Amino acid sequence: MITGAEALMLALRNEGVNTIFGYPGGSIMPVFDALYDYTRGDKKTFDHILMRHEQAATHAAEGYARVSGEVGVCIVTSGPGATNTLTGVADAMLDSTPIVVIAGQVGTAALGTDAFQEVDLVGVAQPISKWSYQIRRAEDIAWAVSKAFYIARTGRPGPVVLDFPKNAQITTTEWKPEHVDFVRSYVPYPQPSATAIAAAADLINNAERPLALVGQGVELGGAHNELVEFLEKADIPAARTLLGLSALPTDHPLNMGMLGMHGNLAPNIKEQECDVLIAIGMRFSDRVTGLTSTYARQAKVIHLDIDHSEIDKCIKTDVAVIGDCKVTLPAITRLLRKNDHHEWTDSFKPLYEQEREAVIEPAIHPAGGPLLMGEVVNAVAEATGGEAVLVTDVGQNQMFSSRYFKYNRKRSIVTSGGLGTMGFGIPAAIGATFGAPGRTVCMFSGDGGFQMSIQELGTIMEQQAPVKMILMNNNYLGNVRQWQDMFFGHRQSFTRMMNPDYSHVAAAYRIPYAVVTDRSDLAGAVGKMLATGGPYILECAIKEDDNVLPMTPPGKSIDEMMLAIDI
Amino acid sequence: MEDKKLYTLLVYSENLAGILNQITAVFTRRQVNIESLNVSASSIVGIHKYTITAWSDEDQITKITRQIEKKIDVVKALFYTDDELFIRETGLYKLATDVVLGNPEISRTIRRHEATITEVNPTYVIVMKNGRTEEILSLYRVLDDFGCVLQYTRSGRIAVTRSTQEEVTDYLEKRKSGKV
Repeated sequence: MITGAEALMLALRNEGVNTIFGYPGGSIMPVFDALYDYTRGDKKTFDHILMRHEQAATHAAEGYARVSGEVGVCIVTSGPGATNTLTGVADAMLDSTPIVVIAGQVGTAALGTDAFQEVDLVGVAQPISKWSYQIRRAEDIAWAVSKAFYIARTGRPGPVVLDFPKNAQITTTEWKPEHVDFVRSYVPYPQPSATAIAAAADLINNAERPLALVGQGVELGGAHNELVEFLEKADIPAARTLLGLSALPTDHPLNMGMLGMHGNLAPNIKEQECDVLIAIGMRFSDRVTGLTSTYARQAKVIHLDIDHSEIDKCIKTDVAVIGDCKVTLPAITRLLRKNDHHEWTDSFKPLYEQEREAVIEPAIHPAGGPLLMGEVVNAVAEATGGEAVLVTDVGQNQMFSSRYFKYNRKRSIVTSGGLGTMGFGIPAAIGATFGAPGRTVCMFSGDGGFQMSIQELGTIMEQQAPVKMILMNNNYLGNVRQWQDMFFGHRQSFTRMMNPDYSHVAAAYRIPYAVVTDRSDLAGAVGKMLATGGPYILECAIKEDDNVLPMTPPGKSIDEMMLAIDI
Repeated sequence: MEDKKLYTLLVYSENLAGILNQITAVFTRRQVNIESLNVSASSIVGIHKYTITAWSDEDQITKITRQIEKKIDVVKALFYTDDELFIRETGLYKLATDVVLGNPEISRTIRRHEATITEVNPTYVIVMKNGRTEEILSLYRVLDDFGCVLQYTRSGRIAVTRSTQEEVTDYLEKRKSGKV
């Protein structure tokens, strides 16, 4: 007989867990007591990473999951510990990231009494999680944990919350491992319809101007090769969503760039000219489509998605191919004729040139003036050659870094796309260093997001997590400031921000630090950062009022991209 | 925007705590009012059936239904218009006995509406009416005009499909044999 807390250890071991991001507290103490044994000595199974905030634990789990494809795990206490995880849970839900959050709970006898640190976690987590469940008895642990991992990692992945009352942690039970791989009410991999596959192939075979939109579904399904074979056989140009950026290598000849509000000009224009639009594992976010009533009206839309509820949710589909793209893509490819669309593909080039001249060159090779985010990202991208993992915070830093980074390897971008969670960057990057231990992890952040998770420098110090932090400091909440300048008559309401002396912050945490104020020092400073083992903070003094371009203003058609802002 | 219609959702779920919350949250999120709601065991062991009505249009109700079915513990969610269902609701009317006795037209009205008098005592009369929403409402309006209604309530809708296909049973059998 073992305690429920120890049963949890064994259940996690059964799921192949080796890294846990956590934070102890009253209602989870029996679990942490068991963890004491399972993180050292002959029982050692896990590395436990003590974070400095529970929200950071969830983002670390997300970063871990995004780069590794494994389920990220957090263990926290009840009440505030549990509510602190909710932002991460919502973030993981919107970005289809598999994490399991295990939270302590007051004993079942005290439930509903407003006991100390009691929160109805299952109740509040249900609408923002893939599944939430309270494990009320020690004997339920084995199957509940197995079911949680099964749900988190299969189908369209997502966050699962397990609420674990203290009495179930303490009472003893016989250990009997469980392996859940079937839930009758849940169909993770719908069987694709042969009719739909044939209809999709038919549309593509008859298309003159096909365009593929590549989303994170390709990464989640591990369908990278299947995607390339599909695109190359029928010669289909492709553009990627923010979360799908590393689903197709940057330098693939059919890669036409990024979609959406701050994406590339060519694909956003061409969405409005194509005759067949093939959406693969993407969900037509409003940041991708712009105004939906004018979006790709001329095109037949084929939507490949594993989640039935995405079909027709934002954009009406002509052919829906429901299923795992690892299966549906090759099934369609088999029915495709070899094709040549070079005239259509070539027509993207002048638009790229136009953007390069008007936006990209001035951003990455400015003639003078203060440092720009674009050139900082470009310097890091050139030095890492598409091999590094990009982790971003949210805002201008996110758009510049995702646009100008280079991706040669899969699972190389970790960013908060759906929820847009400032403060995501530092903890997600910590998680990424554990999820992809051999890879360089470059984290770009603004001064706003950096300060939202600045406490995690403590975790980085303690773990010596090799996060290369590029702090692009413009003394502003830059993205909101840009919108204030554009849409609110320059009324910069609370977007200018006073900053600490980051050299002292870095010194306090004993993290190597350098600052770049002069363009001529940039390449050298980046080189030094990358050559230094362990964590590093490279602060860049960025032009205060730079704007992210190009931009489709909110509420406009996606092809109404501005290449310059006259403000 | 298409014209709004009254749709009936039939939702089948595992018998676990908190599922009703998850279902209603999908409506709440879109600020769609639930007109009526009935929860009961279904004919399948361990499966609960929710009968929900709401005013919506086809586009919206499709999205709502899919988002409900996406919930892990929901087995199946389907939406119907009234012509696809056998529908019943029950109305209960508590009437003042003295008013009812004082006006014979009230008893005639109750009989004409095919309602049943289930209890009579010196203070009140209980009348019950099974039928569709409109029939129950129309009896209420007439009785109310007579000024005899002390209390009135109408149940949530219960419904079974007119189709010859049993979608939930079929689904569960297919799941069992690995065909879905």
